Amino acid sequence: MYSQGLIGADGRTEESPEFLEAFQRRIDAEEKIEPKDPMPAGYRRTLVRQIGQHAHSEIVGMLPEGNWITRAPTLKRKAALLAKVQDEGGHGLYLYAAAETLGVSREEMTEELLAGKAKYSSIFNYPTLSWADIGAIGWLVDGAAIMNQIPLCRCSYGPYSRAMIRICKEESFHQRQGYEIMLTLCRGTPEQKAMAQDALNRWWWPSLMMFGPHDKDSAHTEQSMKWKIKRFTNDQLRQKFIDATVPQAEFLGLTIPDPELRWNPDKNDGRGGYDHGPIDWDEFWRVVKGHGRMNRDRLAARRKAHDEGAWVREAALAHARKRKARAMAAE
Amino acid sequence: MTDQLFDALIELADDNLVLGHRLSEWCGHAPMLEEDLALANLALDLVGTARALYSLAAEVEGKGRTEDDLAYLRVEREYRNLLLVERPNGDFGHTILRQFYFAAFMEPFWSAAAAGSSDARIRAIAAKAAKEMAYHLRHSGEWVVRLGDGTDESHRRMVAAVDALHHYTDELFVASPAAEAMAGAGVLPRREAMRAEWDRLVGQVLAEAGLTAPDVPWPQIGGREGLHGEELGHMLAEMQYLQRAYPGATW
Repeated sequence: MYSQGLIGADGRTEESPEFLEAFQRRIDAEEKIEPKDPMPAGYRRTLVRQIGQHAHSEIVGMLPEGNWITRAPTLKRKAALLAKVQDEGGHGLYLYAAAETLGVSREEMTEELLAGKAKYSSIFNYPTLSWADIGAIGWLVDGAAIMNQIPLCRCSYGPYSRAMIRICKEESFHQRQGYEIMLTLCRGTPEQKAMAQDALNRWWWPSLMMFGPHDKDSAHTEQSMKWKIKRFTNDQLRQKFIDATVPQAEFLGLTIPDPELRWNPDKNDGRGGYDHGPIDWDEFWRVVKGHGRMNRDRLAARRKAHDEGAWVREAALAHARKRKARAMAAE
Repeated sequence: MTDQLFDALIELADDNLVLGHRLSEWCGHAPMLEEDLALANLALDLVGTARALYSLAAEVEGKGRTEDDLAYLRVEREYRNLLLVERPNGDFGHTILRQFYFAAFMEPFWSAAAAGSSDARIRAIAAKAAKEMAYHLRHSGEWVVRLGDGTDESHRRMVAAVDALHHYTDELFVASPAAEAMAGAGVLPRREAMRAEWDRLVGQVLAEAGLTAPDVPWPQIGGREGLHGEELGHMLAEMQYLQRAYPGATW
């Protein structure tokens, strides 16, 4: 799960106008760009950054939900959650592989993450405080991620678009699973319904922030759209998400925590859509810059796993070398 | 007969759930991404087998209890799992050795049950579990060799793991009265009959890993009577928290 809000992309590029025009013609013809094809340095850099952030988001995203695997309320929920978190690890793996086709290694990307230099989706810097959070994350966070990722299946870079096709299938399953958890809670005891409402209250605004800053404040959207890395702007996707999600909340009998939310029949070229209240961008930037409730804990958990696993990785390499040496000696 | 079949199924189900739960504690924290995925797979297999066994036990009992009643509403003295499987994860070496010891027993056990149980329902559960255990055995066995024969540090850690866990392995072969009755009736394999194969598998892998099984003058035994170590209660307190905090709720 991940959404856009690509942070700090640098699309600057210094190729000749002829080269850039030829590249743009391929993009405009909807040709897929493959790893060995010539591409502008800015295109490569933007993708490395975006795919890297996406991969890190999957890996860090294992932590908030992993927090409830050992406390899942039934065996069926336990197995489903474990499988879901495992899927996210799998997404991380193929996204790292997609990024590696652009000439950056998984080790380098991991180093950047652990050093606190690489970004990941800020949503994972919020804590999971109740079982309902597992439902809310599936419903809202995976729901927001899908809004962003479906267009990424058509991304101009071949390996990324192919990875996204597989990921989207699994994400939509996760989203339904999350919604089903919410539905079960909302049809349960008053305490369970209150738990669901509390989770919606806490996850709604951060989910809207997942789409990134408003278009007027999004410095890199234009170039990314021209290169067909992105297909829709942040605000377009956010609006789609809100319009899809509000009726789902109504079906659950839950209240979206936005007093200014109302139907506007003129929106979306007269098809109608929801107006919403202001998003607290101070909070967004605070969390992006490392000051959310869980930023430090998330990185600490990743570093701990990495550090405590070092002896295992070293042993595996040492053993492989020994085997090879023994095989050669035997020849 | 029904009571004894129920008890024997619960023992096996508890082994699978407790070990599956332990493995699930790794999720997101493994030494490498590939191993995060692998440990989650192993955990899913074990939880899946536990669910099938609890469901069958509930059916055999016929009192309307469900798999979740059996998993979430029994206290530690009622849990019947082996002491080995409840051992805390420790480092990756401890976890993988614990898995290897267990799989080296369960693979032949489930294979024998799949081939020879007089109960078709058990044959079906066993056939699936035997395939899974063959993978667990290979995966964990390869890691035991890699770590035992890796670096000085990994070797030292594996020596410590063998020292910490080996004295729980004799309990694998102990039959409770229920297990004994089910073996007599041809419903489940006789646990003691797995000894030769377990010794062979473990002997081979430890030798390849450069590790030595210690003499165990006083094996640790008691799980089948609900006499556990102190860690299991904490695990169950965590696992059962929602069911205990909100009695009767549907999740």
